[in-house]
Amino acid sequence: MANLNLTLKVWRQESPEAQGRIETYKAKNIPDEASFLEMLDIVNEELVHEGKEPIHFDHDCREGICGMCSLTINGVPHGGKKVTTCQLHMRQFKDGDTIWIEPFRAAAFPLLRDLVVDRTALDNIIAAGGFVDVRTGAAPNANNMPIRKKTSDAAFDAAACIGCGACVASCKNSAAMLFTSAKAAHLNLLPQGHPEKNKRVLAMVRQMDALGFGNCTNLYECEAACPKGISVDNIAKLNRDYMIACASEAFGVFS
Amino acid sequence: MNEIKFPVSDYMPDSCIPDGPIAEKWTKYKREAKLINPNNRRKYTVLIVGSGLAGGSAAATLAELGYNVKCFCYQDSPRRAHSIAAQGGVNAAHNYQNDGDSVYRLFYDTVKGGDFRAREANVYRLAEVSCNIINQCVAQGVPFGREYGGLLDNRSFGGSQLKRTFYSRGQTGQQLLLGCYQAMEKEIGKGHIEMHPRTEMMDLVVVDGHAKGIVVRDMVTGEIKSYAGDTVLLATGGYGRVFFLSTNAMGCNVGAACACWKKGAYFANPCFTQIHPTCIPVKGDYQSKLTLMSESLRNDGRIWVPKSREVAAKIRKGEMKPSDVAENDRDYYLERKYPSFGNLAPRDISSRAAKEACDDERGVANTGRGVFLDFKDAINRMGKEWIDGQYGNLFEMYEEITDVDPHEQPMMIYPASHYTMGGLWVDYNLMSSIPGLHVLGEANFSDHGANRLGASALMQGLSDGYFVIPATLPTYLTTQKPGSITTAAPEFKEAEDEVKARIQKMMDVKGTKTPDEIHRELGKLVWDDVGMGRTKESLLHAIEKIPAIREEFWTNVRVVGSTEGMNQELEKAWRVAAFLDFAEVLCYDALNREESCGAHFRLEHQLADGEAKRDDANFAYVACWEYKGTGELPVLHKEPLTFDTVHLAIRSYK
Repeated sequence: MANLNLTLKVWRQESPEAQGRIETYKAKNIPDEASFLEMLDIVNEELVHEGKEPIHFDHDCREGICGMCSLTINGVPHGGKKVTTCQLHMRQFKDGDTIWIEPFRAAAFPLLRDLVVDRTALDNIIAAGGFVDVRTGAAPNANNMPIRKKTSDAAFDAAACIGCGACVASCKNSAAMLFTSAKAAHLNLLPQGHPEKNKRVLAMVRQMDALGFGNCTNLYECEAACPKGISVDNIAKLNRDYMIACASEAFGVFS
Repeated sequence: MNEIKFPVSDYMPDSCIPDGPIAEKWTKYKREAKLINPNNRRKYTVLIVGSGLAGGSAAATLAELGYNVKCFCYQDSPRRAHSIAAQGGVNAAHNYQNDGDSVYRLFYDTVKGGDFRAREANVYRLAEVSCNIINQCVAQGVPFGREYGGLLDNRSFGGSQLKRTFYSRGQTGQQLLLGCYQAMEKEIGKGHIEMHPRTEMMDLVVVDGHAKGIVVRDMVTGEIKSYAGDTVLLATGGYGRVFFLSTNAMGCNVGAACACWKKGAYFANPCFTQIHPTCIPVKGDYQSKLTLMSESLRNDGRIWVPKSREVAAKIRKGEMKPSDVAENDRDYYLERKYPSFGNLAPRDISSRAAKEACDDERGVANTGRGVFLDFKDAINRMGKEWIDGQYGNLFEMYEEITDVDPHEQPMMIYPASHYTMGGLWVDYNLMSSIPGLHVLGEANFSDHGANRLGASALMQGLSDGYFVIPATLPTYLTTQKPGSITTAAPEFKEAEDEVKARIQKMMDVKGTKTPDEIHRELGKLVWDDVGMGRTKESLLHAIEKIPAIREEFWTNVRVVGSTEGMNQELEKAWRVAAFLDFAEVLCYDALNREESCGAHFRLEHQLADGEAKRDDANFAYVACWEYKGTGELPVLHKEPLTFDTVHLAIRSYK
């Protein structure tokens, strides 16, 4: 175990309207076993002791599953180690490193304070069609419908998305295609999701466009930044499903 | 201080358990329950605090039924509630494995697992609706683990001898919560739920003795405002962060529950706090939380410490690799002490056994507070690929945090605060002692007794939200004229003013300690004195010290920033203040309960072999604490527990 001394270059912005800027902080004696957010905790404790306002950032579960933590670290969402920021550990850095910490930037993610952004737009995409419309209590026996293990596993792989928004932040177009396609694939693959497949795809894609997310130009930065290994194959599938849905809509044969 | 005499009241609200045989109570209840016409439902406003499995499923279901739902959560999205972190699975009595399961068996295991301190009728209802939960989740598209034939797979969990746990790899909570979140978003999209993320409940508003609203703080603007409704549903989780370090999310807090307690809701069995046996051990003072390694790992991992202190010391100093310890020098203590349940002994028992081994100086990890969870035999038996298929993400997570590959060296684990069985008291309708305030999920006390079995929390949260509250809510609502109370009632302004004053008081202290520093101090005290082993002495010690820490907070805390706009230090300070107001009742309850049961282990009360010694003659009751002022002794109300169906017995897993 070793301790690190680092220089942090952090985006500070008091409010959505305020002018943001990069501020420099020293992070001293950081145990390399600490997580990235624990490093920020240590820095913040010091700031508070000096009577200064701490660096605001989003976080909650700190075990890589809730998707609340964000941060663009040295230009890459979550720091580019295929884990969430809360699971990024300081042993990945060297003594004397300078680390740039910025928010997840996208037009659809308005900044609230410092490193905190509003990702409600992702919820709005789900609300448009990212669900199976079944009422509680109306479900048949769970084993009435066998599902191929392969299909179920593929649906799970897509469903593992944590909705952190790293895909959007990493994309030069700020597209939410990886996020949207993962949810569409999860539900479209399963027989439970079939009845609403076309409707779902059209609604989610149109909502995504309306919310100000950009278009996908197949650069796959999203896949590289995703802490949960969500595959860009989902995007190909969404494009296919979207074409079929558009055709069905044009011919008036919905579903 | 050496003696405390608690004021005891004879009054106890009716628990409203339907009469009749246990297997027919819930059916009878539903048959006779009041109904509300679909056209009238939309006239009722239901305020739901919390969007986890309990709050989220209630919000979705009540909105589908036509109620006007407003839901609040402190996270930036309802999808982030801490239910998402549950790893292992969800129990249900489907008996798909044909290994002898039934509603009765699940009920029996849960009552026994809870060491006979839960209400039989509630637990039976839970077991009864368990299958509906799985059906519902599958219909929503939750991708549960399946077999090659396409049917659902099951795994085994602590405290049961069969396979009834449904799972989605190591992310069951995530998949269940996303199912429930999607159902919520569906209703949000239709305009049936008004969602308020980044909003923290600060107080409950009680009008003429009924819960009719809440005061919240908008965590973005800092604005304090109120919402009125016909009923309030509290689904705000547990108070495990009273120990500071826990497996809970950083934002989990007792604030809302504590506010309800202060307004008259009884706090039941707060001393029943679950210490989970398989978490990654503590590293250092800077640490913010402890990470759970799913109990499901105990299906294939074997728990051990070295037989000798010398070998343990060598491992601690890094002079010896755990994998080099010969088979003969290992003490698989759970298998030795509990041959029939082995590594799947219930959580309380496994945690205490780990503590005993470490107290005996045979612990590992550089702190000496750690034991091994070893997959060597399972990997040899089934192969690396199979193990990765079962636990891949958990292995990766472990390696990410510790830099050790659990395929090569055993995992190191130690118990940590995880779940709280205690909570606000509720009757069979899930209504607290304040009419109109309903409490769901971990926030209530009802179903797990003194110890919760693995894979039962998800079951309870979803049972409460999807199936119980939709059926029981009309019992209260039909007694109320919808919309009769608005935020114009003077009680709202009063509550808002009190919240604002308390915030201002905190901000004005301008001391030297951060809220986290004070929280850490409280956590250490409570962990040392009210953790896995409690004594009269340790409890009196904690009771003496807590007011001093509270005093320190109110005279020396430093809350920087402003009340306006986003202020995360203020959020922390508010939550720490609530933990400080709440911590004593946890100790009082542990002191009052002069017995050992489940997770509550009083060192004075143990059998010759070190097992918990229950005292059914004197303590077969739910201890319900009524708030009388901070620093004042709360009043004890007792709800007697009767066991008509399950025979009271010493809980044995040998």
